[in-house]
Order: sequence, then C-alpha cells, then structure tokens
Amino acid sequence: MIDWVSDLFFWIVFGAILFSLRRQRIFWTVGALALLLLFNQFFTPGFFHIQLLDGHFYGSRIDVLNQGAKVMLLSLGMVLVIATGGVDLSVGAVMAISAAVSSRMLVTEHQPAGLAIAIALVISVLAGAWNGLLVAGVGIQPIIATLVLMVAGRGVAQLVTEGQIINFLDPTMVYLGNGHLFALPFTLTLVLVMLMLTLFLVRRTALGLFIESVGDNDEASRYSGINAKRVKFFVYTFSGLCAGLAGLVACSNIKSADANNIGLYLELDAILAVVVGGTALQGGRFYLVGAVVGALFIQTLTTTLYARNVSSDISPVPKALVIIAVCLFESELFRGRVAQVFRSLGRILKPLSSRIPQKFFAAARHDAPKP
Amino acid sequence: MMRLNPKYIPLLATAVVLLAVFFTGSLLYPNFGTPRVIVNLLGDNAFVGVAAVGESFVILSGGIDLSVGSMVAFVGILIARLLQAGCDPFLAMGIAVCIGTAAGAVMGCLIQFFEMPPFLVTLAGLFCLRGLGFVIRPESIGIDHPFYAEVLPQLSILVAPKAVLPFTAMCFLGSVVIGSFVAGFTRFGRYVYAIGSNENSARLMGVPIARTKITTYALAGFFSAFGGVVSTFYMQSGNPASFVGLELDAIAAVVIGGTQLTGGVGYVPGTLMGILILGLIQTIITFNGTLNSWWTKIVIGGLLLVFIVLQKLISRRAAQPV
Repeated sequence: MIDWVSDLFFWIVFGAILFSLRRQRIFWTVGALALLLLFNQFFTPGFFHIQLLDGHFYGSRIDVLNQGAKVMLLSLGMVLVIATGGVDLSVGAVMAISAAVSSRMLVTEHQPAGLAIAIALVISVLAGAWNGLLVAGVGIQPIIATLVLMVAGRGVAQLVTEGQIINFLDPTMVYLGNGHLFALPFTLTLVLVMLMLTLFLVRRTALGLFIESVGDNDEASRYSGINAKRVKFFVYTFSGLCAGLAGLVACSNIKSADANNIGLYLELDAILAVVVGGTALQGGRFYLVGAVVGALFIQTLTTTLYARNVSSDISPVPKALVIIAVCLFESELFRGRVAQVFRSLGRILKPLSSRIPQKFFAAARHDAPKP
Repeated sequence: MMRLNPKYIPLLATAVVLLAVFFTGSLLYPNFGTPRVIVNLLGDNAFVGVAAVGESFVILSGGIDLSVGSMVAFVGILIARLLQAGCDPFLAMGIAVCIGTAAGAVMGCLIQFFEMPPFLVTLAGLFCLRGLGFVIRPESIGIDHPFYAEVLPQLSILVAPKAVLPFTAMCFLGSVVIGSFVAGFTRFGRYVYAIGSNENSARLMGVPIARTKITTYALAGFFSAFGGVVSTFYMQSGNPASFVGLELDAIAAVVIGGTQLTGGVGYVPGTLMGILILGLIQTIITFNGTLNSWWTKIVIGGLLLVFIVLQKLISRRAAQPV
C-alpha cells in the first residue's frame, strides 16, 4: 500500500519535471529514462520497492543513484572536454591512479585519510593537466594525446601499488563510497555538490560561453580574444579532478585498490553518457545536466538488465543497440530519411528538429574543410 | 647526397627504434639476438599483427576501429563452437571471416550513410561483439580437431637451426604483404589515402567516398576476423573473455609504425615494425625477469608520446614554406 502511494508520488514528480522540460533538448534524455523506468514499473517486479533499514533507504532506484555516481562524476568532466571538441580517453586510467595513490598513502605509508585523499586528487589534477598540456600546449589531437595516458596510466597505477591489490579498512575512506548522509548514499551528495560547483563555474561565469565558442571554432574564438589554449587546458585539468574523485569512490566501494580493473571501460561509459545527454561529439553546445541524466540512464539500463537476470557478460549487447539507436536519432540524415519514408511521421518530426539549435546539425556535417 | 623525402622520416624513425631496441636486447642478454627469438616474436604477436593491418587502413582513411579486440575474441569462440559441433575447420573459418567482414561493412554503412562518428559506431561494435561472444558460449572451449592438432604443426618451416617459423607468423607476414600491396599499388589504396588526407577534396576529385569508406571498414573487419582465426591457431582454444584491450595494442602499433591518426599519412610495413617493437619490449621484460609487466604499458605509452610529438614536429615543418 505504502509502495503504491510512493510510486504514484514518484511518477507525479517525474511527470512534472518532464513536462517542465518539454521545450528543452534534455527532454529526450529524461524521456528515455522515463520510458525505461516505466518499463520497470510494470515488468520488473521489485524494481520500485524501497525499504528503510537502519535509517537508510535501500532499493533498486537507490542502487542506480549509488552505482551511477562514478559515471556521473566522470561525465561532468567529460562533457566539458567534449564541448571543446576534444575527448578524454584517459579517465579510466586516472581513476586507477587516484585509487592506487590513495590506498598506498593510507596502507603502506600510514598517512591519515584526509591527506591520502588530498594527495590522490592533486595527482589526478596533475594527470589531467598533463593531458591539457599535450592538447593545448603541444597541439596534439585530443584522442591521441589522451591515449598516451590511457595506455601508460594503468601501468603507473600498478607501479604505485607494486602490482598488489591493496585492501583498506580506514573508516573515512570506506565512508566515501559506502556511507549514508540524510538516509541516502553519501555518493549522491558528492555528485550533487560537484554538479552545483560545475554549473556555477560554467553558467554563472563566462567560462561556459568560452568553452562553447572554442568548441564551435577555436580559431574564431582566438581572434575574438578568448585564450583558447587556456580554456582547453582547464577542461582537461577539470576532467582529471573528476576522474580522481570517481577513482576514490570506486576503490572505496570495494574497499581495495585494484589497479588492473578500477575504471576499466568507464571512459567509454562516460562518453556515452555525454552523447546520450545531447552533447554532440563535434563540440560546441553542451548539456551538463543532460550528461548526468545520461549517466543515470546507462546505470538504470545496467541495473534493469541485472534485475531481469541478464548475465553481466551479455549486457553489452543491449547497451550497444541503445548507443546506435541514440546516435541514429541524433543524426539529422537519419531523421531526414525516416521523414522521407513516412511522410506523416515527417510532419511530426519536423517541428521537433527545429527546436534544436541549427548549429547542432551544422557541426555534424563533414563537409566543413579540415583545418 | 640524396635528399630524404620528409614523408619517410616517421618510417625511418620507427626502423631506428626497432633496431635500437633489438640491439639493446642483444647486448644485455646473450641468447636474445638469435633467429629463434625473432621467429617466436613473429609467431606470438601474429594475431595482433593481422588485426593491426586492418586497423592501419581505417586509420589511414581518417577513422578509428575500436571493435578489434572483441572481434578477435568473438571469431575465436565462434570457430571453437563450430568445430565442437562437428563443422569442417575450413568451413568454420570461412563462416567466421564472412561474419567479421559483414560486421565491418555494417559499421562502415552506419558511419557513411548516417554520418555517425566512427568512434561511437565501432564502440557499439566493441560492446555488441563482446556480448555476442558470451551468447555463443560463456566459457572457454578447447579445440581438439585433428586439423589443429596434426596438420598445423607440420605447416611450419625450419628457417634456421633451432628456429621454426610457425604457421601463424606466415599468416601475419602474408597479411602485411597483401596489406602493403593493397595500400600502395591499387586504386582502392590511393582512394583511402585521399579520403584520409582531405575527404572534401577527395570528393571533388571524384573519389567514390561511400564505396571506399564502407570497403575500408569491411576490410578492417576481414583482417580482425582473420586475426581471430590466427588466434585459434595460436591458443588452440576460443575464449569470449580474452583479448580485452587488444584494439589499444593495435592502434599503438599503427601509431608507433609512423601512421598519423589524423589519416592520410603512413605505410602498412610500418605497422609490422610497430608490432615488432611492442613484441620486443615484452620479450626484453621477459628476459630480464625482475622487471614487472606494468613497465610494458609505461614504455609503450612513452614511445607513443615520442612518435606523436615527432609527427607533430615533422608536419609543422612541412607546413612551413621553405
């Protein structure tokens, strides 16, 4: 009975949010999430069940928020990098480095948890700055520049842990990924604080505008007086910080630092979250909240598959199909062809596409000459 | 003195690094510079090498293929499963290579017709093929077909005393020769270079963009699938969980081999040298015995950086009027 009321309340709130977003780009991402949740409401028994145990909430939706925290944190940094027209492949490796450094400081060097966390974050920021230096300073293509750290970073992490899996029991470190605040997982607070901080940085200062303009055309923004190099350097450094935080959460979740597996393939999930969130890989206009919702969407998909007893080995297949579907719908050409085939459908699709900034399509075209 | 064409500098640098690494190994360890080590190097890295040849084409065309590792694992488990079901080995290999080529062609079509980024499409391919491998059979299957147990070992050639060139190495070298020929001496190869240099001007010159791009991804699928076939020769089994991150090795080998990730510049034989450099680093670490395997990753990352910066310097110098 209580469940029934809380579900209704959930859907009323969710529906209201969805309705208020009806004119925005992020509507599609939230709508996709709503469809997935609606499917679970009717076809996955127990998915919407939430119970209060020892003053903490437990349930599949809480799991989604908790498990999705890593990708949500990563996507905050990744969305800014992608907005400048780049990509950061090294976030998974930076997560491993951050986890390795913090655990080593804690266990091998017997340092207090606060210092261990601080040092891990400083090193993650340095790793991000290194990427920024290669991209902005030396002028290397982002995908290659970050590939260097993606390959070498995991080796560095193993060097730090000396090839061991370091286990720790320090209460502060364990709290980071397993603790509860206000009856909800602490990771949720961490994500919200980082989201607010990032939103403030990019929407309350001129930085967001600079990032979008560099992503649109870095040559033109340079002529109009924006220090494009400094903007690029900043976004990679920030992505390093986000990856460092995600690495701390990841190793805290399992109370150990496994340099080989922490953050493995998470760079791909983060990129996917950004794309699902409506930001085009070509750069320019970006959607910060969209990326976070995209990360939630991916995590909900994963949790749904687990809740329906799909083996974790096979779960990449539906994920791949979702990537293709999302990308197809973002492709103007695809929508154009669909509209050609179904004229009546075209009438519905056309007003929808005009709501999206025209630039979004212009950037997707390959006709523009290479610099 | 003959003036060196600047386009050969990255290839030459790769060759210098290859020789330097080889001689360092030979000086450090008495048995390093023997033919046996060289043939083993070719044999052990054959499946990565074959896949890297396909990756070279995609990178030359200005794209990227992330599905390589999953494709090799998928083809491996597919062949092992077909053989277990009593299928003829050649038929099984044929089916596997056809499916691989078709998967590459599908990715190429998505990239070309809907202008989707190659990065995302092949990422979907990575997830999809990895999952499909597990659908076939979630655990490793050993291959005990008489063709693998009896015929394959006889196909190796004694090239020097105590040095047997395994059949996998011959597949690798054959792929490099075919790949070099296709890239350097066919119309299709010229088209790939043209698209990689500047797709817009290639289109204006009348290069059939759609056909060439789709063929490029199909060719990469073919080589990846063939790499999977070679991996079954080498491992004598198929495992859907294997070869995670193989695409990174392939991409690293292509870049260390002097090919620019922006497309249009590079040579397939460079990829052979890139694979040999990666293999030699691993061999040195094995010979040393005290160094740990993570040094491999750090050294490969460092080498990648050196080559990327070198290419940047060369292209910057080439851009300046002399």
